[in-house]
Amino acid sequence: MMKSAYFQSVSSSRGYWLISAIAGVITLAGLIGAEHMESAGHWVTGMSNQVVWGVPHVFAIFLIVAASGALNTASIASVFARDDYKPLARLSALLAIALLSGGLAVLVLDLGRPDRLIVAMTHYNFKSIFAWNIFLYIGFMFIVGIYLWMMFEPRMNRFTARVGTAAFIWRLVLTTGTGSIFGFLVAREAFDSAVMAPLFIVMSLSFGTALTLLIGMLIFWINGATMDPALAQKLRRLLGFFVIGVAYLVAVDHLTKLYVTGHHQLEQFILVDGGIYTLLFWGVQILLGTVVPAILLLLPRFCQRGYLIAAALLVVVGALTQVYVLIIGGQVFPLELFPGYSVTSTFYDGVIADYTPSLAELALGMGGMGLAVLVTLIGVRILPFVPVQMTGKNQD
Amino acid sequence: MDMKNSSPRRTFFTQASAGVALLALAPGVRLVDLALARAQDEPASAAQRWGLLVDVDRCVSGCDACVSACNTEHGLGDSERPQTDAQWIRKVDLVDHNTGRQLSLPLMCQHCEEPPCVDVCPTGASFRRADGIVLVDKHTCIGCRYCMMACPYKARSFIHEDLTGQKTHAPRGKGAVESCTLCVHRVDRDESPACVEACTDAGREALVFGDINDRNDPLATQLAETTTRELRADLKLNTAVRYRGL
Repeated sequence: MMKSAYFQSVSSSRGYWLISAIAGVITLAGLIGAEHMESAGHWVTGMSNQVVWGVPHVFAIFLIVAASGALNTASIASVFARDDYKPLARLSALLAIALLSGGLAVLVLDLGRPDRLIVAMTHYNFKSIFAWNIFLYIGFMFIVGIYLWMMFEPRMNRFTARVGTAAFIWRLVLTTGTGSIFGFLVAREAFDSAVMAPLFIVMSLSFGTALTLLIGMLIFWINGATMDPALAQKLRRLLGFFVIGVAYLVAVDHLTKLYVTGHHQLEQFILVDGGIYTLLFWGVQILLGTVVPAILLLLPRFCQRGYLIAAALLVVVGALTQVYVLIIGGQVFPLELFPGYSVTSTFYDGVIADYTPSLAELALGMGGMGLAVLVTLIGVRILPFVPVQMTGKNQD
Repeated sequence: MDMKNSSPRRTFFTQASAGVALLALAPGVRLVDLALARAQDEPASAAQRWGLLVDVDRCVSGCDACVSACNTEHGLGDSERPQTDAQWIRKVDLVDHNTGRQLSLPLMCQHCEEPPCVDVCPTGASFRRADGIVLVDKHTCIGCRYCMMACPYKARSFIHEDLTGQKTHAPRGKGAVESCTLCVHRVDRDESPACVEACTDAGREALVFGDINDRNDPLATQLAETTTRELRADLKLNTAVRYRGL
């Protein structure tokens, strides 16, 4: 069993402070963007009464989905008893909390009334998936916190597997809840699908593993070490299969809609003549975010670290694009209220809505990423999250 | 006697006489209405369900009397940013793909019996009154806009900027979501919504307001006698706004 002595906190170094400063500046920019949006109002964003959820939601959903997936490594170690993944278990749990913090911060700061957060914590409509998610997110933080305690405290190590199993089940439910935010939107044909819940679960596995690899490697680099190549290769193959899994469910979603005549116009828009959305779907989500990384991750000839980093980065870019096409593309396509009629109105009925993200909302979204990295950096500095044998120094 | 002192008394007697005369002239109409009205401190009752009938054959393209009346009634302004301006009611022009038939109709919150906006609202700010009017509690709306994602009719607006000059009967503010209230403040005074009144004043009479549950109500009578349809009937939301001639 992995003991506390095998882990260390990250020591102070120029690299640590440099990355912390970059993450801090990005987080600060996010806060400035949020303050601008809240004081001026949302008209300073690209959002409107047509596109009500913009880029902040894209980042928030990406981070929240990735958070549950970041717990993969810890789950594999504790739930599936794979000791070779244990060196990364603590870091993976920390990442889960950090990414969720970043995502929730963006979600809250994008509210029309973020000052009423206390209302959201004290007034619940239990039929709302959003309300369920508030409990799922808080519960996830709590359970992963307990999970970390079990991992950190030698006397509690014997409970790690049991708490890890509870956390694993919780993260599956959490991602089901996040997917259902969209899946239960019966009014909008782009979202109203039972595929959303399993799609979001597989997305979480892929996004979370990619970020575990990237941020994990960054932390090791800061600490003057490299990730254990054998473990990196295992995660590489795993990520490759997760990318294929996401592609499969994306295909199922579109094929299901293509079968239904009523959805043909939506599919025509996303897949064929949707302009930027079609370009993003095929060019970035499918080609750069799925095909290229799948090749880099699954073909043995691309096993070098450089390819792995490139592939993980492409998965992240593809993931953000996927969430963008899903959320924004799904909203710009007009609601069909009058089948068989062409529709015009002063409220943009029947037309593809415009959406161009503004700097303020991009800053807020990126700020969530910055905050996630910042929380991780603070965590690894004050507590022993990083395995000693992977640092290349202080070998036990 | 001092004129200043006698004036209110004289006014009182004048108004009282007029009131008695009115009751004497039209006892049936007014007394029935008064019997139906509820006191200000009395809660809304499920015995009533307020609704609207839109007669599409009477609605004219280019006429926006209902929209203007709504904007005036609730203080909805024009910020010169049409994509973010609130619209509680809008005119929609339709052209039938097959026949070329042209239609025009008003579209607003449909005051569903099973409102998706109420289902998804995390704080319960979106709610349905006992008498069927769907409203937003501006004190507990956190501006998450999930209701706007869920509304099948795109009937809700988010307030994207600071507002000034709001009406006391229509509290509105930046960062919250709002939509047609069916002029709840007027309904509670036994008056018709502003859009209905404006449509009648414009000579169209394309909007009929009333109590769906009251068989003697003109709205309920018309709903019983003619074929009407609800928008997105496939969702089975049982809307309180029905369309005839669509």
